[in-house]
Amino acid sequence: MARNDQRPLSPHLQIYKLPLTAYVSIGNRVAGVLNSTALILLVLVIAGAASNPGDSSFFVSLVGSWFGKLVLFGFTLTLYFHMCNGIRHLFWDIGKGFDIEDADKTAKVSIGVAVALTIVTWIIASAS
Amino acid sequence: MSNLRTPLSEVKGHGSAKDGTSHFWVQRLTAIAMVPLVLWLCFSVASLPGMTQAEIRTWISEPFTAVILILLILTGFYHAKLGLQMVIEDYIGNHGPRTAVIIGVTMLCVFMAVLGLFSVLRIAFTL
Repeated sequence: MARNDQRPLSPHLQIYKLPLTAYVSIGNRVAGVLNSTALILLVLVIAGAASNPGDSSFFVSLVGSWFGKLVLFGFTLTLYFHMCNGIRHLFWDIGKGFDIEDADKTAKVSIGVAVALTIVTWIIASAS
Repeated sequence: MSNLRTPLSEVKGHGSAKDGTSHFWVQRLTAIAMVPLVLWLCFSVASLPGMTQAEIRTWISEPFTAVILILLILTGFYHAKLGLQMVIEDYIGNHGPRTAVIIGVTMLCVFMAVLGLFSVLRIAFTL
């Protein structure tokens, strides 16, 4: 008997093509966890600056290095993304934007605005 | 549909977790507060690499910076604790390890928040 490859697949995670909204949902959670580590880094920089009035403390000099800049750039992106997607969630909380087309559109808007804000932030910061 | 809840539980509005919708509500409240704070933080963070330690201290000691940093630390760690708790509850099934990790994360958040507040105030009051 010939095998029919056109039979529908059950939505199992390993073979199911996730829609954009699913990736954004997972990404929002990952970004939230990363933002927690960003907050901890912020506190460590402030604590470093508080412990020593003169020479750069470890975390302050880390922030000044190229690696530190890369980390900060990444954190601004995750913070902005979580913020944009959080606003999307707040609209869902008041019952707006549940249609698939709307959810798909706002997912793209969240990504776009987060990337745009990140780039604009770093251009302004490096210009001043 | 029949409602199995007692009149008292209806009045108190709490479910089996005993804290009703407070986790949901405080998460949303802190989320709204974080929007302006995150915008401010990102612009500040992007200008940190060009600053010396002395410049960072002077910046933190400004009243506006100090107040916003304190609000950010309090709101941010509260929001982080609620969010991390939700992630832990979703992915750790066993009650014992789950409770242990939630206690650990909560204590880490409280420790970091207090360290941050103390450091901001120390810089603000010594400069």
